[in-house]
Amino acid sequence: MNTLILISVLPIVLLYLGLYKAKNALLPVTVIGLLVAAGLAVAEWNSNAQPIYHDMMLFDRFAIAFSVITIVSTILIVLLSKGFFEKISEHVAEYYAIMLFSLAGIIVMVSYYNLTMLFIGIEIMSVSLYILAGIRKRDVASNEAALKYFLMGAFSTGFLLFGIALLYGASGSFNLAAIRDYTLSHPRNIDPMFYTGVLMIIVGLCFKLGAAPFHFWTPDVYEGSPSIITAFMSTVVKTAGIAAFLRLFSACFASIADFWMPVLLVITVVTLFIGNITALYQHSFKRMLAYSSISHAGYLLFAIVALGSGSANSVFMYATAYSIASIIAFGVLILIQQQTGSDDFESFNGLGKSNPFLAVVLTIAMLSLAGIPLTAGFIGKFFMFSGAVSRYHIGLVVVAVINAIISIYYYFKVIIAMYFRNTADRVALAVPGYFGFVLGLSALATILIGIFPGIISDLI
Amino acid sequence: MTVSILLFLPLIAALAVLLFKNETAKHAALFFSVVELAVAVVFLTKFVPNATTQFAVDYPWMPKLGIYFSAGIDGISMIMVLLNVLLVPIIILASYNHNYKNANTFYALILFMQSAMLVVFTAIDGFLFYVSWEAALIPIYFICAIWGGENRVKVTIKFFIYTFAGSLFMLLAIIYLHIQTPARTYDIHDFYNLSLSVKQQSWVFWAFFLAFAIKMPVFPLHTWQPDTYTESPTAGTMLLSGIMLKMGVYGAIRWMIPIAPLGFDHWQYIVIALAAVGIVYASLIAFNQKDGKRLIAYSSIAHVGLIAAGVFAWSITGVQGALYQSLNHGINVVGMFFVMDIISRRLKTRELNEMGGIAKVAPHFAIAFLIIVLGTVALPLTNGFIGEFLLLNSMYEYNIWLCAFTGLTIIFGAVYMLRMYKKVMQGETNALTILFTDITGTEKLVLGIICVLILVLGIYPNSVMHLSDAAVQNLVQSINQKIFQAGSPSNIKF
Repeated sequence: MNTLILISVLPIVLLYLGLYKAKNALLPVTVIGLLVAAGLAVAEWNSNAQPIYHDMMLFDRFAIAFSVITIVSTILIVLLSKGFFEKISEHVAEYYAIMLFSLAGIIVMVSYYNLTMLFIGIEIMSVSLYILAGIRKRDVASNEAALKYFLMGAFSTGFLLFGIALLYGASGSFNLAAIRDYTLSHPRNIDPMFYTGVLMIIVGLCFKLGAAPFHFWTPDVYEGSPSIITAFMSTVVKTAGIAAFLRLFSACFASIADFWMPVLLVITVVTLFIGNITALYQHSFKRMLAYSSISHAGYLLFAIVALGSGSANSVFMYATAYSIASIIAFGVLILIQQQTGSDDFESFNGLGKSNPFLAVVLTIAMLSLAGIPLTAGFIGKFFMFSGAVSRYHIGLVVVAVINAIISIYYYFKVIIAMYFRNTADRVALAVPGYFGFVLGLSALATILIGIFPGIISDLI
Repeated sequence: MTVSILLFLPLIAALAVLLFKNETAKHAALFFSVVELAVAVVFLTKFVPNATTQFAVDYPWMPKLGIYFSAGIDGISMIMVLLNVLLVPIIILASYNHNYKNANTFYALILFMQSAMLVVFTAIDGFLFYVSWEAALIPIYFICAIWGGENRVKVTIKFFIYTFAGSLFMLLAIIYLHIQTPARTYDIHDFYNLSLSVKQQSWVFWAFFLAFAIKMPVFPLHTWQPDTYTESPTAGTMLLSGIMLKMGVYGAIRWMIPIAPLGFDHWQYIVIALAAVGIVYASLIAFNQKDGKRLIAYSSIAHVGLIAAGVFAWSITGVQGALYQSLNHGINVVGMFFVMDIISRRLKTRELNEMGGIAKVAPHFAIAFLIIVLGTVALPLTNGFIGEFLLLNSMYEYNIWLCAFTGLTIIFGAVYMLRMYKKVMQGETNALTILFTDITGTEKLVLGIICVLILVLGIYPNSVMHLSDAAVQNLVQSINQKIFQAGSPSNIKF
């Protein structure tokens, strides 16, 4: 709760700092503020949390764990953005502030206990993101990204809102517990309106998550937005999306799983295939990451398809692993873009020789995204597979295995470019200290979680 | 004293080797691998050759999920561990004459791989087995892809995807078995005690089979192998053929068949037929090879096919023969690849037709090469003979026609191997081979060690075979008992 207050106040402070031209203070204040926010969240850790604010929010372990991982990811991304925004525009304070507003929305999304809060959280997050995507005011691609994102996002929010309204119509409440009680007390005669509402909500949330067939906005928006914003969207936002998804479904709809499970099963399979197969054909690393993020949305949905007591931990593990690895990937991409002006695979050629450190951390990130053992990504996949097998979704896991095999090919493309394709004239990149710290820390965390998953595997 | 010292020493050594500069890195790597060998010998002296698992370590890794770091050595593991610790110093020594760029990374990867493979050979926990199985793949991928030949990039990614694909299905099977265990563990003994239906066991069997058959490789899953062997640096090829493919043999003996005995029994005739077809198929292709390294690669498929057939025959002689021949094949194939490496380094070619008469200018080399060839073609008094004899014996017990068919491998092997020897070593010297210099220094040492091993293991097979005797007997009989009790109509042998 204090976390949310702090993260809401922090951007206002930043705006004032911008007003008084204290540019150098922006980054330290943001980072320290976020660290304190994460600390406050951890301090509220307890096993029997009660809903607060007239049952609007619930800061249980689930909410705290996801708050912390999104805050930590944001800190890492903010550190990577040092020097990035200054090049784009003079209004740096605003960017930090908007990003934090978005984070405030995310905190609401992972801790809501009432569907109106879910809606408000998603809107706070999304509106901030529309601005962030179009942050390069004079860049056509950035503008296109913002517009596309806004139109599609508004559309999906409509679905979500419609779904919420239908649920309210059937159950008479926005409260998660009340909705659950409704499903439990009407086992045989649930209103058709309710089912329609559930479907609408699935559509709305899948839009936000970038799951197929509602994924069409992702590649263009990810590619058009500045890389740092893309990193934020594909890690923090996606984590929040799946957390909100899981919270709703495990709290309210567990008893009517027979109804929505086939729908989600199809969505998951389609998402996996579309994400992976399209990623195969990409020449741009950034676009490849966009499509691979679609396939990761598919893996994340596993936890909901195989809804059970372990789902929250699986999602947490997977989202953490995925976020850390993606941050590395985007971090290196930003440096490469600054040097070569391109984000094609070719621009990574020879990196292994000129910048061994960058090449090693990016390799670790790619191995983690591909789910190779001894990295966090493997543990995430392992949890997802275990959950699905324990519910006897063997066919689904076989599909996932096939997709994991396909994904090797495009993740290794960049490793191959870095190490095995040499360009004679490659000059070593200067790696700023912030980048070195973030990338090194993330790579270390990836390996550590991969070897000792126990440190985060049963928090929730 | 637990096995963890043995398992983690190479890992620590790998990190240490990274700190050394290029030239000294290989000395450091050799030093550590010899220390590892010495440690293994200490274990060997304390090892009691009965059916029990010894030096066990059991450390809670993710206890809530039933995952433990549990490993131990029994007779079957012991043979594989010996193979591993024996070959790695030889392989490092064999790379001494190459000046690899970033040598410290190269040797660190070899040692890292050794550690992972040792865990594979000793793991008792299914999760641990899978993780180390994959962990062994990463270093070999980089060894082959960074230091390999011209086409390495395409070839190695194919290799990686192939093997990764197989093992993911194994992971699926392991998770499935885990779900079935009453206490939700990954312990292999709990897997053994499951009573699954024939249908369930068949699925589990095929999932494991895919992983192990790709690794060995068994026909028709071998297509990655010749290219990868040819394009890899010599050390990579040796690691792959000498040790890594034995992971597949070991996995079949330890995991696949005992966990799914009924599934195995149901499909036995098919897998054994695949192995047999592979033997003849690979031999026939080996006839036509003009590239020496490729020829050895195909001959390796044939030899491993026989080992696989012995495992699938699932009798005491078959499994013992497979284990012993795994050790021998490791030694012989490393010798063969080293010989080819010496030749190609001097002549800058591997085309057999361009060679000839080397024996005249390099007599020491000729003797060593001949001994290794004879070991490979299984001449009596060499190590290959004992192994292949046992394997063919088990074929005979299974089916006399199968024995005749698979026995072709010995004839074919003799033909293409001796023909290769003749082409390379005998006849007249030509402009290229006249300048061939005889082996020196480390080359002599490596070939000397390999020749001694070939002869010693050929004359005193029991020095090694007694280690696994009790464990194999126990395992094979208990599994055959299970198949018998299930009332399966086919092929019960005691």
